[in-house]
Amino acid sequence: MFATSIIVFREVLEAAIIIGILAAATRGVPRHHYWIVAGLMLGLIGSAAVAASTKLIANFADGVGQELFNAMVLGIAVLMLAWHNIWMSSHGAQLASDARSLATTITEGRSECSILLLVVGLAVLREGSETVLFLYGIVASGASGTQAMLLGGILGALAGIIVGYIIYAGLLSIPLRWFFMVTSLLVLLLAAGMASSAAHFLIQADLIPSLATPLWDSSATISENSVLGMLLHGLIGYEARPAGMQVMVYILTLSVISLGMKLTAKDR
Amino acid sequence: MKKLFFILLMLPLYVSAAENEYIIVIQNHQFQPTEIIVPAAKKIKLLIENKDATPEEFESYSLNREKIIGANSAIKIYLGPLAPGRYPFFGEFNKATAQGVIIAQ
Repeated sequence: MFATSIIVFREVLEAAIIIGILAAATRGVPRHHYWIVAGLMLGLIGSAAVAASTKLIANFADGVGQELFNAMVLGIAVLMLAWHNIWMSSHGAQLASDARSLATTITEGRSECSILLLVVGLAVLREGSETVLFLYGIVASGASGTQAMLLGGILGALAGIIVGYIIYAGLLSIPLRWFFMVTSLLVLLLAAGMASSAAHFLIQADLIPSLATPLWDSSATISENSVLGMLLHGLIGYEARPAGMQVMVYILTLSVISLGMKLTAKDR
Repeated sequence: MKKLFFILLMLPLYVSAAENEYIIVIQNHQFQPTEIIVPAAKKIKLLIENKDATPEEFESYSLNREKIIGANSAIKIYLGPLAPGRYPFFGEFNKATAQGVIIAQ
């Protein structure tokens, strides 16, 4: 039961961190909760569909369909987060301080809503489909203790959601003056971590070179298996044994988005 | 841009020109064989076949790999080049029984 909790916790945690940060980062965007819930629903439906077509996806592209699919989902999320951050760097502060009077930002806020819907949906889709497969395996095997394992899964999911909520509530309590700096930094790191994961899948599919496997090994200091390791993985894309290519992609993503933010902030 | 895309497309062909293939079978939530000896400093291709009626996830922290293998299906996974050493792997969905190790030497 405990093992089940941990597996489900890990999957749910990653999605919960993304949703927690985004829910906070888009405060001031009209009806943002509505879009998050819609993304959540679409993601859940999608994850069941993805789980059901595991074989189909796996056999696609000469056996590396799973990696391509994951890399694509992550790639879209990275683009969306980059867009969000660059847009927010010019409009965010206005939006939070005086949302109602700014009719123009509200219409522009619509693109922000589709970003929310997509990123939340994709995060749930990716993490959710693995959870669905795992839980399906438990039920299908019909082994004894199925109920205890499912209960463990529910507890793990709850724990993940609680962490996501704590992140959300914690971010909202940050004074407005620091708020946008903190949330855009978090979104930036989130995007870089996802880009690194996407690179990881492409390496696993042998589509891009790994350039050192691994570049370093910090598993003795912070194991990916520890709660701290899981949190850091979800927050900033921490990996104990990253490939050189992943680190390169991480830094590149950080630089490109930061540059975009700097340029739009100047235009204001 | 087009040229770059073409180069990217061709890249896998160059990289995977000479590869070492190894087959692992999953049955009754166990890997067979549980120990695989591979050459160090070479790229490795694992073919994993799941003969169980439930999905499994091949996972290894030391190899930094994870991949779902659907029920009654097979996948391939690329590793390395690896430094000499032991690389444990396991089936995340059935960790109690599905354990194995890759030894690079």
